[in-house]
Amino acid sequence: MTSLWPRIEPLLARVHKPARYIGCEDGASVPAHGPGRAAWLLVYPDSYEVGLPNQGLQILYELLNERGDAVAERSYAPWTDMEAEMRRAGVPLFSLETHRRAGSFDVLAFNLSAELVYTNLLNCIDLAGVDVHADRRRPEDPLVVAGGHCTFNPEPLADFVDAFVIGDGEEVVGEITEVVAAWKRSGRTEGSRRRVLRELATVAGVYVPSLYDVSYDGPRLVAVTPRYPDVPAVVEKRTIADLGAWPYPRRQLVPLTEVVHDRLNVEIFRGCTRGCRFCQAGMITRPVRERPASQVREMVRSGLDRTGYDEVSLTSLSSADFSGIDEVVSGIINDPACSGQVSVSLPSLRVDAFTVGVAAEIQKVRRTGLTFAPEGGTWRMRQVINKLIREEDLYGAVEAAFSQGWHRVKLYFLTGLPTETEEDTLGIAELARNCAAVGRRHVRAPSVTASVGGFVPKPQTPFQWFRQDTVEELRAKVRLLRDATRRDPGVQLRWHDPRASVAEGIASRGDRRVGAVIEEVWRRGGTFQEWSEHFDLSRWTSAMDAHGLSLDWYVHRERPQDEVLPWDHVSAGLHRDFLWQEWRDALAAAGTPDCRWTPCYDCGACTGYGIEHVVGSPLPPAGGSQGTGQDLGGGMSVPVELRPSAVGAASR
Amino acid sequence: MTRVRLRFTKLGKVRWTSHRDVARMWERAFRRVQLPLAYSEGFTPRPKVSFGLALPTGHESLAEYLDVEVADGASGVDVGSDVPVLLGRLSDALPDGVDAVAAAVLPAGAASLQEEVTSCTWQWVAVTAGRGPVDPGALAVSCEQLLAGSTLVLTRHRKGREVTEDVREAVLDLRVLGPAGLPYAGGVRLQAELACRPRSLRPAELLAGLGAGGALQERDPRRLHQWISRDGARWEPLEAPRVATDAPPAPSERAS
Repeated sequence: MTSLWPRIEPLLARVHKPARYIGCEDGASVPAHGPGRAAWLLVYPDSYEVGLPNQGLQILYELLNERGDAVAERSYAPWTDMEAEMRRAGVPLFSLETHRRAGSFDVLAFNLSAELVYTNLLNCIDLAGVDVHADRRRPEDPLVVAGGHCTFNPEPLADFVDAFVIGDGEEVVGEITEVVAAWKRSGRTEGSRRRVLRELATVAGVYVPSLYDVSYDGPRLVAVTPRYPDVPAVVEKRTIADLGAWPYPRRQLVPLTEVVHDRLNVEIFRGCTRGCRFCQAGMITRPVRERPASQVREMVRSGLDRTGYDEVSLTSLSSADFSGIDEVVSGIINDPACSGQVSVSLPSLRVDAFTVGVAAEIQKVRRTGLTFAPEGGTWRMRQVINKLIREEDLYGAVEAAFSQGWHRVKLYFLTGLPTETEEDTLGIAELARNCAAVGRRHVRAPSVTASVGGFVPKPQTPFQWFRQDTVEELRAKVRLLRDATRRDPGVQLRWHDPRASVAEGIASRGDRRVGAVIEEVWRRGGTFQEWSEHFDLSRWTSAMDAHGLSLDWYVHRERPQDEVLPWDHVSAGLHRDFLWQEWRDALAAAGTPDCRWTPCYDCGACTGYGIEHVVGSPLPPAGGSQGTGQDLGGGMSVPVELRPSAVGAASR
Repeated sequence: MTRVRLRFTKLGKVRWTSHRDVARMWERAFRRVQLPLAYSEGFTPRPKVSFGLALPTGHESLAEYLDVEVADGASGVDVGSDVPVLLGRLSDALPDGVDAVAAAVLPAGAASLQEEVTSCTWQWVAVTAGRGPVDPGALAVSCEQLLAGSTLVLTRHRKGREVTEDVREAVLDLRVLGPAGLPYAGGVRLQAELACRPRSLRPAELLAGLGAGGALQERDPRRLHQWISRDGARWEPLEAPRVATDAPPAPSERAS
């Protein structure tokens, strides 16, 4: 009896949203397990609603199920009520397709998109009936593997994860499958676990933390060194050269119950070279690889036909930058097969009037709100973070929005950025107020929401050396903004809990010693830390105290140039010199252009791996863009041809 | 504008989806089969689909209904003549366990499902909470006593409030069918016809009035029929084809 369904079903009447645990989605595979197939359980360590739409997981799910030597099922973190029922009834974590025990799989593969899910990863391993500590696992236990953006600093989870995958997963999952399938055929005997891990460490892009020694000098990290000559000193990320060779997912999952992003998603390009210095995604996913426009259209058309969705999102880190985005969008809107009932959404709109024009075309009927991300409140601040949007670009975009029927505009900002002064912080309020004033020229009661998040410096970015603001500092900035926006009825201020930023800071730039903190937070019940109703910073700070770790050392401290960083042995291809120079340029408020359309400055991401940008057009998008037509000032010249009417840029 | 009434099932794992989830499944299915729907006006045009009585999450059904408005002059499916084809395509576009089993064009001015349906027939299994088998004979006696009585006062939860009221008139029929068999060995299968006006009475609520102090628990509740009663006559909003409708639910019939 491999299915746990008869034991799961009686629990469902007692939990919220039981449809999260039944599977049955359109697009789900019917897996055929067998001795010759490596069995993967792909786990998203957050709730079903958040995890199901994840495209990375769905891509790997299809690729694995297409192989003759693999089979893949899915699981998501059970919500707290379901977890309690499962623990009471002795039901372990299970797969959704065949409701099989998680512990019976060969690989538990976790997708790590955010640091605050780390405690959920531990909880899922534990619910699977597997020891959370990698060094205590038995031959019959599955291998615990993790991939996703967070693995660019794997150290906080090094004690719990057997192997990390760094970078794009499309190719490497096949290589891992071959190693795991051989291990499975060999019978997973005593001692074989160590051998299979050693073999996995030789697969490019795979990091096996147990094969490295870590040495410290007091609080300082001295070195992370491989124990064996065949284990790489630096693990380089994997990058697929051509997104067009991977038209996945072909059969996107259609959930039976409500989830976030409940629509067709088509990834139009991967990577971003806007060069925003705070943005980890933009640094670690270089270079830009566009999907051919014809393939985008085909994936949209077949996806809408198959799923019955009436909305498609063209996803990427900055979708308006896709070569010829306006033609692609109008092609979808005007496709007779879509009969005028399909809406298109572009996440992360660029801040310029051109982009609003595209948005106007796709939102003919439902013009509710538009979102822009200037991130910084003053031009100086935006030069520091290299998000070179001029004020007039923003006002032009907002003017275009309010004059074309939108009533709400949302602006994303970060606070706690390097060199930020009171003037920079207050600049956020001023921009928001001015946007509301622009809106009043067109609509009676415009609404401008300024959403402010506390900045958390991320590994593998120019800001990896930066000292993060304390809770008190962030609160003071929020107070400043509240006072400055209070009297304008058109401006609403929203802010992210500064305490959550601190916990995220611990997990983001921590070293191996932080693993004990994550374990303790989990043992004290701290799961679903991304959800404010479950988050409590005191769990994190008391765990830091209990393990003799200093919050100031890990979070609120600027690192010197020569410090060994916990993630130095993992590489996104970026030269350390490049990152350091970007950090110095940031402090000097000097911009760097987008290398997609300007000469290469050799960050390392292309040259190191022998790949390059794949773009449909060598010219910057219409309407101008960052670095292509403006005086960046601040002492750095941009070697590009000037084009008329250049406008600012955005990406996230 | 043509109004079409559809009858469908909800069986197996998919019974754990909500009423709203089912509505979304149907919207996607209509688009997949390219049935030309009539859309509402306004900022967010929605297809005009109206569902009848909500089926509680976790309950199965052989008799769910919806009315949908199909655009006039639309090419493609002729609901009048292509019913089996349409039902097949819809069932293919719907999740396992949700099958379209009957369809018909409604006469102009036909009343809505919510206005018309007066009662439902339910079948379910009563088990004890881990305290041995249920005695079918004793339960049958309890049912007879309940039907013979003139009142049945129950305290129910309604929108977060406790409401105590006499629901005897809502119990139109109640009987023991016999031992439930696997996987509910020791359980007893019951069938009841319960009114849905002025408020629906659910099988689990009735069970609370039957068991000694709420000791009985409900398993596998399934709606078999919805009824329209008027002037002494009783009929279904749409007749299902004569397959499986009245057969006692056997494990093999479950969609999962």
